[in-house]
Amino acid sequence: MTCEPLSRRSLLAATAGFAGATLLSRSLGLVAPAAAVTGLAPSLTMPGGANNYRPNAPMVDRLGSGFFVRGKVLRAGDGAPLQGLRIQIWAATVLGGEPDPVNHGSVLTRADGSFELEMAQIVPNFGQPHAHLAYDDGAFQTVFLRPIMPSARDRSVSADFVLASA
Amino acid sequence: MAGSTFVVSTGRRRVGAILAWASIAAVMIVPVAVAAYSPYLASRNMPYIVGGFAGIVGLSLLFLQPLLPTGYLAGLEGRAGRRWHRWFGVAIVVAVALHVGGLYLTSPPDTIDALLLVSPTPFSVYGVTAMWSVVATAILVLFRRRLGLRHSVWRLIHNGLAAIVVLATVIHALQIEGAMEPGTKGMLCMAVVAATAVALLDLRVVRPFRAWRQGGPKPGAKRALAKHGVGQ
Repeated sequence: MTCEPLSRRSLLAATAGFAGATLLSRSLGLVAPAAAVTGLAPSLTMPGGANNYRPNAPMVDRLGSGFFVRGKVLRAGDGAPLQGLRIQIWAATVLGGEPDPVNHGSVLTRADGSFELEMAQIVPNFGQPHAHLAYDDGAFQTVFLRPIMPSARDRSVSADFVLASA
Repeated sequence: MAGSTFVVSTGRRRVGAILAWASIAAVMIVPVAVAAYSPYLASRNMPYIVGGFAGIVGLSLLFLQPLLPTGYLAGLEGRAGRRWHRWFGVAIVVAVALHVGGLYLTSPPDTIDALLLVSPTPFSVYGVTAMWSVVATAILVLFRRRLGLRHSVWRLIHNGLAAIVVLATVIHALQIEGAMEPGTKGMLCMAVVAATAVALLDLRVVRPFRAWRQGGPKPGAKRALAKHGVGQ
């Protein structure tokens, strides 16, 4: 709850170039990012993460075969695993482009916070082999991730979420 | 005797010209042809394929473009070379328009991110730099008279923009994982940079220096410079 205005303030201060002031107020405990106090910092939405997002991708058992998108969803601060959250996943694959509905699906996280979706092989799109993942269901702050595969030949890609309460 | 020497030398020259043009064709066509067999194309829609290949063909055109006004190419010496240089310029502008337009139709958010310089892909900024340099070159050429620049100044800006277009395009292309096969892409990029460097050095450094050493800045120097292809 309290972390949002605080992080915004520290961001503004940094943007204004008052790095010294930020440091000072941090050492005085005036602007303490949530992470510094409670531990695990929330994930930030990555640039381009929401591109070609189609809200409410259907729940699926799988979207093709041979490739796995995996990850874990933890709560910011204490790092507790979050069960039963919907993670939406989409990517350009051998079946078609990134906006194509055949490449969009959702899965739920397990008791240990992990999730996995089997789909068709991801292929480079706009010059980089990458996937898109979203948590966008309201209970926690929305996060869009865009992990890049180290090699286009990889058969899996992973991305973890650390979610802060909304 | 003299006649047969002449025949041999023209024959040799013709063989040389054919070999040179065959090499140019190979440098320009092989990387594009190899890309046409990329397995990625199967999963792409038509705008993406057209947009992608416009980029690949544009890169390929950048190899011959700097050589056209130099007079190196058999059959395209002097005026013909400069005329083709202009047509290649038009083709490069069309290629850039198809590239950006095709990518926009494929994924508007990714293309807008790139144009606004907020894309996560590190190569986008080089592509956009090259695109604006091509636009600036087109303006420079279309409004050549109206701009009223001194010819030497106009030429300096044109050459500077051309160098930016080539370097930015090559950096852009090398970082992309796409339809082009990395080996042939690397060779085409090296050929493009080499052709640009040789043409710029020859036209703007070597030939003016030679002309200056031969004639010095005397009356008639201008004509000597023109004869060495400096006035282009």
